Amino acid sequence: MSEFEPNDTGGKRNPPTGEELWREEFPVASSEQGFVERRQFGRFLVLTSGAMVAGQLWLLGKNWLSEVETTAYPRKAVALASEIPVGGTKIFQYPGPSDNCLLVHVEPSKFVAYSQKCTHLACAVIYAAEKKRLECPCHEGYFSIDDGHVTQGPPPRPLPRIELEVEDGQIFAYGVSVFGKDA
Amino acid sequence: MGGYNSPLRKRAGRALSGALALIVVLLVVQIWLLMASVESWLAGHHEVALPAAIISAVLFAISVGLLALIRRTEQSGRDPRS
Repeated sequence: MSEFEPNDTGGKRNPPTGEELWREEFPVASSEQGFVERRQFGRFLVLTSGAMVAGQLWLLGKNWLSEVETTAYPRKAVALASEIPVGGTKIFQYPGPSDNCLLVHVEPSKFVAYSQKCTHLACAVIYAAEKKRLECPCHEGYFSIDDGHVTQGPPPRPLPRIELEVEDGQIFAYGVSVFGKDA
Repeated sequence: MGGYNSPLRKRAGRALSGALALIVVLLVVQIWLLMASVESWLAGHHEVALPAAIISAVLFAISVGLLALIRRTEQSGRDPRS
C-alpha cells in the first residue's frame, strides 16, 4: 500500500487519482464481469444438464439389471379351468405349502396367478373384478392384473407372477417370475 | 476501455442472454423428463427409460453446443477487430 510516494519527492510516481485507485481495486469492467458471470452460470446449467443425463442412464441401467427372473419349480396342478367362472378366483399354494397364490380367471381363455403377499407388508391381496386389478386392503396398494406391476400405493415392486399352463382343462403352475433382484 | 460498451459487445451480450435462456428451457425440459420417466418406471412402464435417456442426451448435447457458442460469441465480443 506504500508504493505511491508524495508528488514532491522528484522522480517518483505521482499519487494515483481517484479513478486509478478505483481501477486497481476493481480491474474488471462491469460489462466484462457480466460476461464472466453468464459464462459461469452457463457452465453450471450445462453441468446440471449432464446430471439429468446421468439420472436417465441410472434409470436405464436399473431397468436392464432389473429384468424379470423366472425360477422353475416342480409342475403342480392347481385347478380345473371349468371350476372358476370368468372374474372368479381361487387360492392355491405354490411353490411351498405356505406360499399362498391367487389364481384369477380374467377373460374366457385367460388365467393369471400371482403371489397373494403384497410386496409392501405382506397383506393378502384380493381381486377387484369390476376394476380388473389386484388390491391390497391394508394400505390401498393396487396392482395391474395384466403383469402385476404397481399402479398405486406403497408397494415397492410388482407381485411375483406364477407361470401357468392349461392342459386338457387342467391348470398347472410351473414357475415363479420375479421382477428384479433389488428393484 | 471504450470497447466494453461497443455495439458489438452489446450484441454479444444479448446473444449470450438468449443462449442462456435457451439452456434454461432445455434444462427444465430435462428435469421434467427425468421426473416423468422415474414416475413411469416406478409404475411398471419400463419401456420409457431408453427413449427418455436418448432425448435427455440430445438435449444435453444441444446445451453443450450452446455453451460453446457462448464462449465463441464472448471471444468475438472481446476482440474489437473481429
